[in-house]
Amino acid sequence: MSNKLNHSMSLAKPDAVDISNKQKVALAIGIIGLFILTLALFNTHFPHKGLFLTLSLALIFAGTIIYSRDAYLTTLEGIKNDGVWFKSISSRGVWGWILGVILTAFYIVLYFYPQYLGLGKDGAENTGLVSLFDPLSNLLSGRNASQWFVYGTLYTVAILAFGYKFMLKYRHNRYQQLRTASVMFFQLSFAFLIPEFMYVMNSDLPYYDLKSIWPLNYYLFDEWSVKAFLSNGNIGLGLLLFGIISIFVITPILTYKYGKRWYCSWVCGCGGLAETAGDPFRHLSSNKMSAWKLERWLIHTVLVFSVVMTVAMVYSYLGYDHNTFWLTRGVFISLVMGFLTLVFAGVMYFKRHELGKDAKYGAIGYFVVIVLLVTMHLTGTSEHVLFIKGSDLRAAYGIYIGAIFSGVIGTGFYPILGSRAWCRFGCPMAAILGFQQRLFSKFRITTNGGQCISCGNCSVSCEMGIDVRAYAQKGENIVRSSCVGCGICSAVCPRGVLKLENDTMKGRINPTEILLGNNVDLMDLVNNK
Amino acid sequence: MEHIVIIGNGISGVTAARHIRKLSDKQITMVSAETDYFFSRTALMYVYMGHMTFEHTKPYEDWFWEKNSINLKKGYVKHIETKNKTLHFSEGDTLSYDKLIIATGSKPNKFGWPGQDLDGVMGMYHKQDLENLEKYAPNNKVCKRAVIVGGGLIGIELAEMLNSRNIPVTFLVREDSFWNGILPEGESTMINRHIKNHHIDLRLSNNLKEIIPDENGKVKSIIIEETGEEIACNVVGLTAGVSPNIDFIKDSDIETGRGVKVNPFLETNIQDIYAIGDCAEQHEGINGRRPIEAVWYTGRMMGETVAQTICGNRMQYNPGHWFNSAKFLDIEYQTYGWVFAKPRENESHFHWKHADDTKCITVCYDKKTNAFLGINTFGIRMQHEIFDTWLTEKKDVDYVMKHLGKANFDPEFYKTYEADIYAVFKNELQTV
Repeated sequence: MSNKLNHSMSLAKPDAVDISNKQKVALAIGIIGLFILTLALFNTHFPHKGLFLTLSLALIFAGTIIYSRDAYLTTLEGIKNDGVWFKSISSRGVWGWILGVILTAFYIVLYFYPQYLGLGKDGAENTGLVSLFDPLSNLLSGRNASQWFVYGTLYTVAILAFGYKFMLKYRHNRYQQLRTASVMFFQLSFAFLIPEFMYVMNSDLPYYDLKSIWPLNYYLFDEWSVKAFLSNGNIGLGLLLFGIISIFVITPILTYKYGKRWYCSWVCGCGGLAETAGDPFRHLSSNKMSAWKLERWLIHTVLVFSVVMTVAMVYSYLGYDHNTFWLTRGVFISLVMGFLTLVFAGVMYFKRHELGKDAKYGAIGYFVVIVLLVTMHLTGTSEHVLFIKGSDLRAAYGIYIGAIFSGVIGTGFYPILGSRAWCRFGCPMAAILGFQQRLFSKFRITTNGGQCISCGNCSVSCEMGIDVRAYAQKGENIVRSSCVGCGICSAVCPRGVLKLENDTMKGRINPTEILLGNNVDLMDLVNNK
Repeated sequence: MEHIVIIGNGISGVTAARHIRKLSDKQITMVSAETDYFFSRTALMYVYMGHMTFEHTKPYEDWFWEKNSINLKKGYVKHIETKNKTLHFSEGDTLSYDKLIIATGSKPNKFGWPGQDLDGVMGMYHKQDLENLEKYAPNNKVCKRAVIVGGGLIGIELAEMLNSRNIPVTFLVREDSFWNGILPEGESTMINRHIKNHHIDLRLSNNLKEIIPDENGKVKSIIIEETGEEIACNVVGLTAGVSPNIDFIKDSDIETGRGVKVNPFLETNIQDIYAIGDCAEQHEGINGRRPIEAVWYTGRMMGETVAQTICGNRMQYNPGHWFNSAKFLDIEYQTYGWVFAKPRENESHFHWKHADDTKCITVCYDKKTNAFLGINTFGIRMQHEIFDTWLTEKKDVDYVMKHLGKANFDPEFYKTYEADIYAVFKNELQTV
């Protein structure tokens, strides 16, 4: 046996582990549901759109539910990872690549060519797939569907159906069940239904998914968005204030108490999809040191980009005159720099020993942002910031980060890069929460003395690519900014070594080399080095 | 520069190498005939089950060794010439050392059964065993049934492995209940039922008589000693324990018994030669432990200790309180302190089992002094640090039972049973 995976190239029977006949029937049912959507995509005319849409979604649900029940309820409770590295679809085999290409193509069409989904241009009637969703959209908000409504519906269906599957898979684990119920709830209500109802109540308000927080919600502070909020009286102002409070007040408090998992694994929609539909691909995230190095540069670059882009956006629609509005360009840029300086100085003062070498990188990042902001203020005109058109900067962010990174790569590449490529390498929200988690949070994963046997199940199942084993085998707590607290490492550990906990800050990071159960003198000796 | 050579790249040898590197800049060479790089033996089962790839079993990436200037040599040591401090390899070359650490681990026991060397008969210890299993039992069409001989930790892991590929398994266990030389009756019988719930054909009090070959020298069937029954099978797993892997040392000057004889400093009878891990045999067990400990973490601890000695700080291997863990199919097991299968003189056991038949604990205490001596837990995770402290502080059993919840290590939101357990405990004491 070689160490390399040896995939069967047969499309007919690529899997070493067979699925039951019932599962085959269930798959067929689900595929018929998808097939209806595909027919609609290719402009097949359905007479009763509402009926066929219902049928399609019902078949997708039914297929997933029947499949999951047969897969998990016919066996005893426990870890169900048998054969994930043999199945073509979940081990970058032929099916995995096919799925990856289909998903990627879908995202490219969705973001860049919505007309192919049937979106009517300039008020024209919808056709194709989008028109199939018109009845549902009309039912909820009294308007025809857009490509985003189609996407939102399918996204919600995926989280609900695969969330159910995930809950059966981990039916012995209440942490997994509760957090999955939570992401299912937040997706269905906050992301899908409430914005539609908000539209019904006040159609001038911009779409606002209340749980989507800046910088993930990068368009919140766009000029059109802010204007729309402000022109809608107290509700609009309240929502805008909620957006600001979310990132500056609510987020740090919750992250301090529970770690970034309160968001990434319990609330967030991207996380929700990754944990449910993306679960079969979680083990594909690379644990290599090189991947970690790339991750640190990439995610923080995106964060800097998003901060500078947002500041530039807001800056470009502010004025110079105090008398018109108190928040002038000068005041705004001073506030931003003051805030960043405060954060930077605070971290350096309290945490520089803990950070060690990383403090240097933090300082470089801080000065890059400050220089950019100062340059922006000195050279900025009403049209141009940083010598480029302000709106171009925003558009670039929208396309490269908002669409390509988070959508096309983040989700389209699930079967190749693992389920959390976006969360890990790109999400600026995750970067901020991670920063808080690493420095000011009670959350950690505690390891259990000397029980670790270095098997590596934890590292393999970490969707964020953390080499959990490297900590566990040293008896060291895991305090990593990237940890989303999904708890799967703890679930799959065969020796009961890992536990997610909120405890005191003191003693949270415990770099000891010698493990419990050893000679006490030896422990002292080695720890003194 | 002093040249330290380590034979074996398992957890013991690797730990020794890493710690010697931390403490010194001595030249270090690790020799292995099994694999190029250190891998976690405990994870081999998960490779067969498809939970991970072999790559994932390596705790350190391949660049780690060069970066820490630990030389790796693949080769099979045939003979140790202690006078000239030279190793002779079966490939014909030699390697000289200043200090030698023997860390060759174990090999599966074979008890001279007829047919034990046929094709399709294997242990489950080395990477080569995994390769063999992949060859002879890739699926249930090639391997219509497998028979496992020996009811210990490796036996039940092999059963779980084969089960994951829907290969029917017959599991021959010499004892009248699974692992009951170690586990108290209540626990052992619960695991019996759990094994059967997984549709594994568990045969208690059954021994292997012989393995029958087909015309090509491959396994065809086995015969059971007690009943004479013949069971057709394509694979036989021999998992009746392990013993030190030291055949190549027997003709050298190094003193051996079952393992390489060492003193508490892990020194052999020859100066500058040490033995650690599964292959080392203490003249007398330390702190009530066995002379040979084939456990993952004791190998690691011996590696840490011998590194100190070699770097000029001569140190005894002096392990703390006993602990261990395992997983029986879906049921996790942890133990802290000593709980023997049958209470020894002065000892008493308190046993609690959940109605769902997958969780139980056994607490061992001294009948006279009421001192807490140890705990076995099944299906409930407990915290090592707390029990270590309680054992050191010699807490009495009432204290431990009352505060058992403090030691709970189950994931958040799990249902807890400690209050239940304490109520049963108090109730039983009153009726006694």
